[in-house]
Formats: sequence, C-alpha cells, structure tokens
Amino acid sequence: MANPETKGRPDGAVPSIELRGISKSFGPVQANKDITLRVMPGTIHGIIGENGAGKSTLMSILYGFYKADAGEIIINRKPTTIPDSQAAIAAGIGMVFQHFKLVENFSVLENVILGAEDGGLLRPSLAKARKLLGELSKEYELNVDPDALIEDIGVGMQQRVEILKALYRHADILILDEPTGVLTPSEADHLFRILNGLKDEGKTIILITHKLREIMDITDTVSVMRRGEMTATVKTSETSPEQLAELMVGRKVLLRVEKRPAQPGAKVLEVENLRVIDEKKVERLKGVSFNVQAGEILGIAGVSGNGQSELLEVLGGYQSATGTVRVNGQDIDLTGRFSDGQSRRARGIAHVPEDRQREGLIMDFTAWENTAFGYHNDPKYSKGLLMDNDALRRDTEEKMQRFDVRPPNCWQPAKSFSGGNQQKIVLAREIERNPDLLLIGQPTRGVDIGAIEFIHQQIVALRDQGKAIVLVSVELEEILSLSDRIIVMFDGQIMGERLPDQTNEQELGLLMAGMKGQAA
Amino acid sequence: MDAMPKWAEVILIPLISLILAFFLSGLVILAIGENPIRALQIMISGALGSTYGWGYTLYYATNFIFTGLAVAVAFQARLFNIGGEGQAALGGLGVALICLYIPFPHWTMALPAAILGAAIFGAFWAMIPGYLQARLGVHVVITTIMFNFIGASILNYLLVDILRPPTSMNPATARFPDATNLPSLHDVLSVVGIPFSRAAPANISFFIAILACIVIWVLIWHTRLGYQIRAFGQSESAAKYAGISPEKIIMVTMLISGGLAGMMAINNVMGEAERLVQNAVEGAGFIGIAVALMGRSHPIGVFLAAILFGFLYQGGAELSLETSIPSDLIVVIQALVILFTGALDDMVRAPLKSMFLMFRKPEATPKAPKPAE
Amino acid sequence: MDIFITILQILDSTLRLATPLLLACLAGLFSERAGIFDIGLEGKMLAAAFMSAAIAFVTGSAWIGLAAGIGASLVFSLIHGLASITFRGNQLISGVALNMLALGLTVLIAQGWFSQAGRTPTLIGDARFTSLTLPFAETLSVIPILGPIYKELISGHSILVYIAFLMVPVTWWVLYRTRFGLRLRAVGENPAAVDTAGISVIWLRYAAVMICGVLCGIAGTYLSTSIQAGFTDNMTANRGYIALAALIFAKWRPWYALGACLLFGFFFAIDNRFQNISLYAWLAIALLILIAALLFFAARKSRLDMFVLGTLGTISAAIAILIWTTNGLAGSVVIPGQLMQSLPYVLTVVILAGFVGKATPPKAGGEPYIKER
Repeated sequence: MANPETKGRPDGAVPSIELRGISKSFGPVQANKDITLRVMPGTIHGIIGENGAGKSTLMSILYGFYKADAGEIIINRKPTTIPDSQAAIAAGIGMVFQHFKLVENFSVLENVILGAEDGGLLRPSLAKARKLLGELSKEYELNVDPDALIEDIGVGMQQRVEILKALYRHADILILDEPTGVLTPSEADHLFRILNGLKDEGKTIILITHKLREIMDITDTVSVMRRGEMTATVKTSETSPEQLAELMVGRKVLLRVEKRPAQPGAKVLEVENLRVIDEKKVERLKGVSFNVQAGEILGIAGVSGNGQSELLEVLGGYQSATGTVRVNGQDIDLTGRFSDGQSRRARGIAHVPEDRQREGLIMDFTAWENTAFGYHNDPKYSKGLLMDNDALRRDTEEKMQRFDVRPPNCWQPAKSFSGGNQQKIVLAREIERNPDLLLIGQPTRGVDIGAIEFIHQQIVALRDQGKAIVLVSVELEEILSLSDRIIVMFDGQIMGERLPDQTNEQELGLLMAGMKGQAA
Repeated sequence: MDAMPKWAEVILIPLISLILAFFLSGLVILAIGENPIRALQIMISGALGSTYGWGYTLYYATNFIFTGLAVAVAFQARLFNIGGEGQAALGGLGVALICLYIPFPHWTMALPAAILGAAIFGAFWAMIPGYLQARLGVHVVITTIMFNFIGASILNYLLVDILRPPTSMNPATARFPDATNLPSLHDVLSVVGIPFSRAAPANISFFIAILACIVIWVLIWHTRLGYQIRAFGQSESAAKYAGISPEKIIMVTMLISGGLAGMMAINNVMGEAERLVQNAVEGAGFIGIAVALMGRSHPIGVFLAAILFGFLYQGGAELSLETSIPSDLIVVIQALVILFTGALDDMVRAPLKSMFLMFRKPEATPKAPKPAE
Repeated sequence: MDIFITILQILDSTLRLATPLLLACLAGLFSERAGIFDIGLEGKMLAAAFMSAAIAFVTGSAWIGLAAGIGASLVFSLIHGLASITFRGNQLISGVALNMLALGLTVLIAQGWFSQAGRTPTLIGDARFTSLTLPFAETLSVIPILGPIYKELISGHSILVYIAFLMVPVTWWVLYRTRFGLRLRAVGENPAAVDTAGISVIWLRYAAVMICGVLCGIAGTYLSTSIQAGFTDNMTANRGYIALAALIFAKWRPWYALGACLLFGFFFAIDNRFQNISLYAWLAIALLILIAALLFFAARKSRLDMFVLGTLGTISAAIAILIWTTNGLAGSVVIPGQLMQSLPYVLTVVILAGFVGKATPPKAGGEPYIKER
C-alpha cells in the first residue's frame, strides 16, 4: 500500500465522507438543495442524474472550486472546510475530471509531480516520483510510461495518469466524473478493474455518471440527483435500471424509439476510399467507403476520436480530403474553393454538427440571427443588397413554434437557451431546409430527456419522408434504437457493418475497440 | 447572467470609465502643481466656448471618426488593427498624389477621387498584415505595429527626397491646386445662414465622416458581409461550419479597416493642410483605439466618442498654451480611457452588476437558465 | 586589419544594442510562458528609463536609479496583472494602453519635475553606469585576434550588459530545472492543471508578470543611464515591440531568444554604422527582379495569393524598372537613410512571415483563467 498514513481499514460504521445539508445557489438558480450523503470506506458509490441535475456543482464544492452556501462536510469524522483544491488534496480527496487536467507537452512524470514536488529543485523530485510511480503502476496494472508526453498517449492512458496523480497525493477518496465517456468498452472494463482494486485497498470511490449500465455493473450504493436535490440513495443490488431512470427523470421514460421499418430508396450518398490527413500529418480517415440510401438512417458508432468527427467535417465541407464522394450520383469537390459549407448546402446537404456551441450556433447571436447561420446567402433572407431581417425573424418565430422551442422569443441570444432548446434551434434550421441528406452528430449530447424524445421523433419523421440520414453518436443506445444500419469506426477505418436487430452492445463494443476477429 | 439592463452596459460603463480616467488625470495635474478644476474650465471654454473652438473640436473629431470606425470594424471580426497610424499616413500619400498630379476643375470632382485614393492606399497598407494573418497566422497586432514604422520611414523618405519641391526646405509636398481645396464648415454653414468661424479647419469631410458611420452601420448589421464578419468574430470554428471563409473575412475586414483609416486623409491632408506634411496623422490612429473601445465598436458610439476626443484634443491644445501642462496630458487621458474601457472593464462592471442585482432581488424571476451543468 | 576592427566595432555595438532587447525579450518570455501576453514591454521600459534617470540625477547614484526604474516598471506590471489576471481583461488592449500611458506620463512628469521639454537633465559621474574594464584587458590586448576580441568585444561594457547576458542561462535554469519553472510553464499551457493540483494560478501569474517587470526595469534603466546619459521623450524607440518579435522568432525559449536578440541587435548596429548604403545598380535591379520572381512563383496557390503576392511582385518589378530607366545598369543606387531605418522592421515582418508558422505560443496564452465547474 502506497499510502503510509492509512492506519488499516477503519471499521464499517464510520463513513469516510459525509455531507450534511449542502446547498448552493447561483443567483436565483439553486444548483444544490440540502444534499445529504454518506459514503463508507471500501465501497464504490455512484451518483447518477441528468445534465444540469447538480452533480458537477456538488463535486466542485467537494474539490474547493465553489464554497457551499450552507452545510457541512465531514471526512473521517472530522468536520472539514474545503476553501480550495489544496485543502481538498490535504483532506485526501482526489478528483478525475471529465476533461483531463493535464499539461499536454509535459511528460507523465512531470504531470504527476506538478504541485506535489518535494523541493525547489526538480531533479530529486523527479527521481523520487519515478520510483514511486513504478510501484504504483505495478500494483494497480496502470502500465504507464513515465517519460511519454501526454499528447502522445491515448485517452485511456491519460485517464490512468489522472488516477496516478491522485494516488501520488495519497488520496483516500477518489471521485471520477463521467470517466467512461471517452473510453471503449474494454478500456472501461480495465478502468473498473483498477477501481475494484482500489476499493479492495480500502479507498472510497465516488463515480459520477449518467450511464445506468455502469452504475449497475460496478457500484455498491447509488444516489440519484434531480434538479439539485438528492432524490434517493439505495443499495445497487436492490434496484433496477428502470427504477433509477424513473427516479432520475421523475416520470416513466421511453427508452426505445417507436418507428416503422425503413423503406430505402435510391442511393443518395456514396463515399469511396475517403482519406483525411490532418495538420499534424496524422491520418485520421484511412480509406472509408460506404453509402446511404434515401429513407434510411445510417448510424456510425465508435468511441469519439476515431474519425467520425472528421467524416462529418469532410461531408459538411470544412475538412479537405481525398477520395470520392457522390451525392445523388454527382461528384462533389473535397478540396479547393468549392469545398465549403456553402457549396455543400447548395447540394442539398444539411448538417447538425457534433458541437453545437462551438460550431452549430453563435452563442452571442440572437435566435433569429442563428436561423440564418449557414444560409445567410439565401435569397429568401435578402432584399437587394441588404439582408431582410424582418423576413428572417418571421421565419424564425414560425420555426420556433413548430419545434416547440422555449421560450419562443427570437430576440434571445442562443446562450440563454437550455441545451435541448439550442439543439432544437439548430435542428429546425437544418431540417426545415428539406435537404436530401442530413448529417447529424451527437443529436442528444447535453440534452434533457424530454427533448431527446422529441429530437428522435423528428429524425425518424425525416427518414420517413424519404431523406437519407447519417447519424454519428457515441451513445450506443441511441445508435441501436435509431439506426436502420450501423457501421462501426475504429482508428479511421470501418470495422464492420451490422443491422440493429441482429447485433447487441457487446458485439458493437468489441468492434469499437478494434477487435474484429472476436466480434465476427 | 444578464443582470444589467442594456443601457447600463452601453452607456453607464463607458461613462464611469471616462469619469475614472478624468479623475486620475486630475490627480496627475494636481501632482505637477496645477489646478485640475481650472484646467477643465480652460479645456471647456477653449474647445466649446466659441465656434472657433467647435471648429477645431469637429475637425479633430472627423479624424477620430475615421480611425475609430477603422478599429471598430476590425474589432467586429475580432481583429486588433493598431496600424491606423500607418494606414492613415499612406492614405495621405494617396490623397497627395491625386491632388497634385491630376488637374481637377472643381473640388466636387477631386473629392471622390481623393476619397478613393485615400482608401486604396490605406487598404493597401492593411493588406499585407491582413494577408499574413489570414494565410500564415502571424498576429496582426505585431505586423500592424511594424507597418506603422515602415510607413513612417517611407513617407519620410518620399517627403524629404522625392515630393519636396526643390525650392522648399520643408519636408512637405507643394500646396495642392486651389481647385482641390475643400469648402470649410464656415462655407457650408453660411449657405444656410449659420455664422461659423472662418479660421477653424473643420470642413466638409465632417459630413463624409457621418456618412461613413451610416454606411458602416448598414454594412455591419444589415448586409450579408457584415453578418459574416460578425459571425467570424464571434466564433471562427462556427464560421467554418457555416462555410464562411476565415481567409476571405480577415482580408476583406482588414481592407475595409485600412481604407477607413486612410480616408482620414481627406480631412487632415486635403481639408486642412492642403498639402502633405511630415507626421500628418499626429497619433489619430491610436486615438481610434480609444474611440472604438469607448464607442463599444458601434458607429453611433464611435461618433459620440470621437466628438469627446475632439473636445479633449482641442481643449488639451488650449491647455498647453495657457498653462504649463503639456499636451501629452491627452495621451495620458486617452491611455486611461483605453485601460478602463478595454482592459479593466470587469473592474467597473462587477460592482455595477451586484448593485443592479441588489435592487432587483425582491422581484427575482428565476427566468435565467441554470448556469450549472 | 581595418576590416577586422570594423567588424569588431559592429559586433561590439551589436552587444550594446542587443542588451535592452534581450532583457525585454526574457521579460516577455517569463510573462508569456505563464500565459500572459504582454505588448506593454515598451511602456515598462520607457517608465523605467525615465524614473531611473530622474532618481539617478537626484541622488547621484546609478544603483538607486536602477532600483527606482525597476520600481516604476513593477507598477506598470502590477496594473497589467490587475487587468489581465484579476479582472480578466483583454491583455493586448491593456498592453497598448500601458504603452500610451508611459508615453504621456513620462513627458508630463518630466516636465513637471525638471521643466526641460520633457527630458531629464544630463547624468554625470556616478549617476551613470560606466563601462567596466575586465581584468587583463590591456595586458592581453597584445595577443593577436583574441586579444582585441577580449579587449574590444568582451570587456568594456556596463555591468547591466553582463547581467543581461547572464540572465539567459539563469532563465533557462529557472524554467527547466526548478519547481517554480515547472509550474510557470504549466500555467501557460493549462492553468486548469495547475489549479486542480492545488497551486494558485493567480499567484503564479502575478509572479511571472512581476519578474517581467523587474527585467523590463533593468532594460529601461540601461537605456537612460548607460547607453545614454538621461531620459528623452520616447527614448525606447520601439525596442519593446522588436523584443516581442524576437520572442516569437525564438519560439519562447531562452537560448533562442539570445540568438534572435543578437540578430536584431546586429541589424541595428549595421543600420547605425551605415547611414546610406550604395549598391551597384545592376545588383539592386537583379535583387528586385529576383524578389518579384519569387513572389510571382509563390503566388500560384490561390487567388488570394495571386492578388497579394502579385501586387507586391509587380511593385518590386516596377521599382526595378524605374531604377533601370533612371540610373541605367552601370551606375549605383543609394539606399537612403530613411529607408535603412525601417530595415529592422521590414526584416521582422519577413522573419515572422517566414518562421512563425512553426512556432506555437503557450497554449493558454492571452486567455484569462476562469475556473470551470
């Protein structure tokens, strides 16, 4: 055991961390309301909840990013205040954030010692850390190379560096925020093995996630958060996914999308031998070929970062590539002046991008200005040399009504809408164009469950009108329930094609991990 | 969180920043042993107390409207063009060449040609930094600074060695022909019967400047190009998604910006000096930064801020005549305005925001979206 | 032998001219490596140049002057820190404002204190840093080649020059061999990593900005108490901006910074030494035609390239033809001093255009750190 301060395993009656009545509000919004939680040492505790339920705020309070308005934090029987991260570390709390906090051009070793150096000079600290790292690495099967640069190693490995950082600082309580979002199922299994090992050492692990499967697989106890409140805490063995989902949302949820079988028509999109090499000279797409027919949804599954984003960017016109892409039988340019978003739109391609905040919307523009985004050259919105803002606003109001955007005020800036309503603004803009081909990336990322249903219905309805749809999502559930055909991408290549009713998450998971042989 | 009403954001914050800048400048005046209140009185009476003072105030303001618009347009695309100084100097060269070498029968013909020449030369001087930014990602801040120096050297050379008439010792061009001289504000206003100082340099360019404000307002908020410029300025990644070419927008914006800065020359070179002299721009390019920041990059704001700085400039000139305070005081005020409106914005905003929140609390409507995710 | 002496003299003045650049460049390196862009190097140097000269004059001690210069520079650093760290303002705008503030304030205060047209009185005796003669300079000077190099080039500079060059290995050591350096580099790349490791981002960045202030203070002091004997209006003469360009050229690394600053120092030394350079006309024409050809060749890629590079190539060819028709091939062309002065700036732009594509600034540079939830 690496931590000399742990005096054996404390008896089960004393929780290693206890929260009493934690509240926190931002202006009029109450993010955490009277949260009470007890977690025993040597257990894995899950916290599950929708986006915006207040999970992250709670964790930020525990790690000293925010100060709670009221409430107590008790760690190993000791009331503790956590004014900053330093205090959190001193209290034995280690945090693995969803977005890793690593310095990309530093080595693993440098990242681990950053902030926990032994003295003013680096050399002795590095030597000591190297030794300790070797021991820890062996003990928990972490397999990291201390001299590798962060930018050169994969996300799974980066995550293990984050865990190492916490262990190096003698953390007894490890909090992981959405740790599997960027991992393949097999990497996730590796992570869970590590977590189980830590649990056996007597560490306390808190796992924050919105994935029900993980909760059921690995946790001992689970708490559900909804609208800033802790609505229930139960033993995992005594609950079911359905019950948890209901607790999360507050009503029964439709987990499957109702749809008729597809009636595919003519080929709308044909992609042959598509290759992309990025600015760092890394090959992102390695010869991808597929096609999509009218009236079908092609789902593209894969862990993020395996070429799906580049594929969407190429089809959307803002990433140059080599190969052939035909839309309705006609070649489109993949490089040069006529390869941009404007000419793609002219060819009947609409695109709901993966990251609506960075690409799909201008967050400071009003809803009506965003409605023209990408279609600002449309004659419908112009009046001679000028833009016809009145027509644009009328059009926006109409769309907002049809897509049930709330509040239906076209003067509000995009940033003041919730995630779901932002997505509806983008969808309305793209779908109402009546495109032949719709590209849609992560349609429900950061979207509340109510809006998910609506968005899924819209996608299926568009398919039923005979449009071709390319759907990219990292959520396997979404891919399985929406697609008519599924292709799986790994490392810039297509690993295989499956039909949704003849496959399952396990098989797709193996393909996503690049294991073709086993999956066949 | 939109805690503050729009008017506070647009009017109150610049105003408070200005008052802070004035207050600190007052302390500086006090520190060098002069009376700040008296200084302010001298400035006001010198700049606004007579049509002569107004004539100078509006003359300076005209310069600042052009350079302010230049910076403001670039700001819309999130480009920081601090090369207004060099671009305006080159604009002067354009005006001089056109006025000296093309025989115009009347100023009404000379003016459009001069505007075009000024804009083309100014735009040319912004083109290379724009190109380096668009193509190679060399930050325009550094290159435009360098181009200010290069522009000054070239003008220096041309005025001393090439354009100077052989009989003159002054590094300046010959006087422009009379037919190219623009009517002064005195001439214009006497048509409608308003008496105005004959000696003041304000001229018809002032109206061109107002026109430029209107054109820029239409361009930015009512045309497709303006839409694309603003979209690019807000988010480059989104612009790419929408098929807005960053290269094109950077180039076009820099050309417009340089052209506007260059157009300043119709006021100071063609309208006032009636020949091209050394260092004709006199720092107006840099004041454009203060004007654009203070005017919140909006043409109306730029117009008002330019008038304010015109007042400061004329007042400062009077001040250096009547007291021992050098006109460098204006540079200090201008620097403080830029500092407070551009960089220490949050220092002014945060307390104001909490004040507005305090007054609002009783009727708090939880309308704002959840900030926490 | 004559050429040898000339070369030695040029190299000697290269060292002198590179010193302020090097100090300012290392100052910028500390600041920018911590994620705070600083185009206010110029202003800090200017403030230090004034304050050190003023205090050195009053006390008669160059060392007290140095302390005062550093103090003045630190005040400016503090304001920049306040704007860009505490109030999360725009770092570029803050830098521009501080440069202007220094420009105005130094003249204003100089006028208030000394009433000598914005200058300080001339410094004499111990109020200046005089040159040190290193041991055995005379004795060794008889040794051929190495002797004169030791005597003329290595020996005979003020202590500040030696401090500047010593700062290069010191900076390298601090940055790459100490805990502070590790944290400093980390905070410029990913402040969130530093924050979650329990280290204060704010404190680190302030520390970096303050170190920047100290180094700029030494640079400014060197200008007014060592190279020259007193402060004159705007005496930094854009060295702060050149230092910034050198920093980019050096890719934010200490040893490269030394090379870049020596290179720029060399440009200035050449520029000082040769006021007018005359070239064989055929050589000048050939060079211009070559440049034009290269530009035309590089312009093939896109329409934008064709437009911009084509314009520049045409201008260059036009000048060549102009020289040909006026001078003929046999004569010689004089490159006038005014144009020579802009050479360092032209070369800066050329160097940035040619090399910056490969230089990546610290990732978090220019962005204020806002804690994420």
